[in-house]
Amino acid sequence: MRRRLLVLLPPLALAAALFGAWEIYVDSGDVSAFVLPAPHTMAAALWNNGALIWSNFLVTAEEVGFGLGAALVCGFATAVAIHFSPLARRAIYPLAVGSQAVPVAVLAAPLVFWWGFGMSPKLVVIALICFFPLVVTMVDGLAAVDPEQLKLLRTLDASRWQVFRMAELPAALPAALSGTRIALAVGVIAAYIAEISTAGTSTGLGHEINADLASLQTARAWGATLVLFLAAIACFYTLALIERRLAPWAYRSRGDRR
Amino acid sequence: MAHRKLFPGADPSNLWGNARGGSDVASGLMPIDKPSQAPNRTPSGGAAVRRVSVAYRPARGAVVQALSEVSLHATAGELLAVVGPSGCGKTTLLELICGLREPDAGEIACAPAALMPQRDLLLPWLSALDNAAVALRIAHVPKARARARATELFAELGLHGFERARPHELSGGMRQRVAFVRTLLSGKTLLCLDEPFGALDAITRAEMQSWLVDALRREPRTVVLVTHDVEEAVVLADRIAVLSPRPGRVVGELDVALARPRSRTDPAVIALRERALGALGPDLGAPASVERE
Repeated sequence: MRRRLLVLLPPLALAAALFGAWEIYVDSGDVSAFVLPAPHTMAAALWNNGALIWSNFLVTAEEVGFGLGAALVCGFATAVAIHFSPLARRAIYPLAVGSQAVPVAVLAAPLVFWWGFGMSPKLVVIALICFFPLVVTMVDGLAAVDPEQLKLLRTLDASRWQVFRMAELPAALPAALSGTRIALAVGVIAAYIAEISTAGTSTGLGHEINADLASLQTARAWGATLVLFLAAIACFYTLALIERRLAPWAYRSRGDRR
Repeated sequence: MAHRKLFPGADPSNLWGNARGGSDVASGLMPIDKPSQAPNRTPSGGAAVRRVSVAYRPARGAVVQALSEVSLHATAGELLAVVGPSGCGKTTLLELICGLREPDAGEIACAPAALMPQRDLLLPWLSALDNAAVALRIAHVPKARARARATELFAELGLHGFERARPHELSGGMRQRVAFVRTLLSGKTLLCLDEPFGALDAITRAEMQSWLVDALRREPRTVVLVTHDVEEAVVLADRIAVLSPRPGRVVGELDVALARPRSRTDPAVIALRERALGALGPDLGAPASVERE
C-alpha cells in the first residue's frame, strides 16, 4: 500500500508544479481570464457546475463506450479477415489508412441524414476514428506468432481453425489490448469532434466546452476539459490493469514498467 | 541391455507390412507421396528416405542445394541419430519426414511423425500440463481426460509437481522435458527431435540425455534425432548417419551396439565418437557455413 502511494507521488508532484506555475503566470496579470483562466477559477467553475458537467460527462462516456465497442467488433472482424485473406488485406488496408485522413465535418451531414440527431451518428464518428489503431494492432498481433510454432502445431495435426484458436488468438491479445488503450485515448477526442460536428447536439462535454468557449465561459470550459483529462487517465490505467490480468505472460519479459 | 527388448520388432522384415494408404491415411498418416507413384512399403512406426534432394531457391542469389541424394531409414523402435555440421540440411530432413516440405526428388515413406524443435515453443498462456496435452486437445480429447493422461506421463517421467507451472517458471531443461512429453502425447509412432538439447548448458544437457534414454525405455518410439554433437549421438543412438557439409549427403553410417546407459568416458563410446568424427572428414575444423536452421 505504501509502495502504491509512492508510485502516485511523481505524477502528482509534477501536476502540482505545473498547476502552480500556471497559477502564478495567470495571476501575474499578463493574460486575460477569458483567454486562459487560472486553475483556481477553473476549480471553482467545476465545483459550482458539478451537476451540469457530470450529466454531460455521462453522455460523452456513453458515446465513447458504445463507439469503442462498435469499433472493437468491426476492428476484430476486419483484422481476422485481413489475417486470413491476402486478398482482403490488399483490398481493405489502403482504404482503412485513407479513412484516417477524412475530416469528420464532411461526413457529418450524411451521417445525420442517415441516422438522425440522436446518438447514432456520433457513435459512427467515434467508431470510425477508433477503428484504425485497433485494426493495425490486431493484425500485427495475429501475425506475431512464431512461424516455428505454427509448424509445430501442424505436425500435431492442428487444423487452421485450431491454430488460430490455440496460438494466434491468445498471442494477439496483448496487442489488441494495447490497441484498445490507444483507441480509448483517441476515442475521447473523437467524442468531442463528433459532438461539435453533428448538428442538433445539445449534450455531452464536447458540446458544452464548445458552447462555453463561444459564450466566454472560459473557466467552465476548462473545468470540463479537466474532467475529460482525468477520465482519459483513468481509462488508460484501468485497461492496463485489465491487460495484466488477461495476458500476464506478456509482462514478464518487459518487466514492471507501468 | 534390459531395455532393448522393449523396442519391438528387431527383425526388419516385419516392419514393412503396411502399404501406404488405406486405413493408415485414416489414422493420420501424412500424404507425402504423390499418389501416382508405385505403392510404397511403409515401416509401421519407421521412416525411410530414399535418394532425396532438396534445393532452396531464394528470391535473390544462387540456388542452395540443401540435401543431395540422401537415403536413410529408421526401423520401428530404433533411435537414429543424424549428425552433421551446421547447415548440412538436418532440419530440412526432419521437415521432409514430418511432411512439412516436399522433396525436389526422391521418395519418403514415413509413419506419422511429430516434431520436437530446438526451442521448446511452449504456449506461454498454458500450464506445463496443458502444453503437454496440446496434441490431445487438438484431437478433441475432452480436457479432463487429456489432463489425466498428461498427469500420468508427468508422474512416470519425473515431472510430478510441475503440472501447474507456467513455461516461464520452468528452467530450460524442464521446458524441454515438457516439450518432449507434448511430442510423446501426439500419438505419433515416429518422433523427430531437432537439436532438442542444443540450447542447454553442458550439465543440463547430460542430465537431459539420461532422462531421454529413460523416457524412451518407458515409452518406446521410433526416433530420428538430429544433432551436431557427435558425443550426444553416440550416447543416445542405436545407429548414426553422418551427413556431409552442404549439400548434405550421407557419408557414413555407424551401428552403436552398446548397452545403455552409456557413459561418455567409456572407451567404446570414445572409440565410436572418433570414428564418427572421422566420417565427418578433415574439413570439420573449418568454420561452418551459414546456418539455415
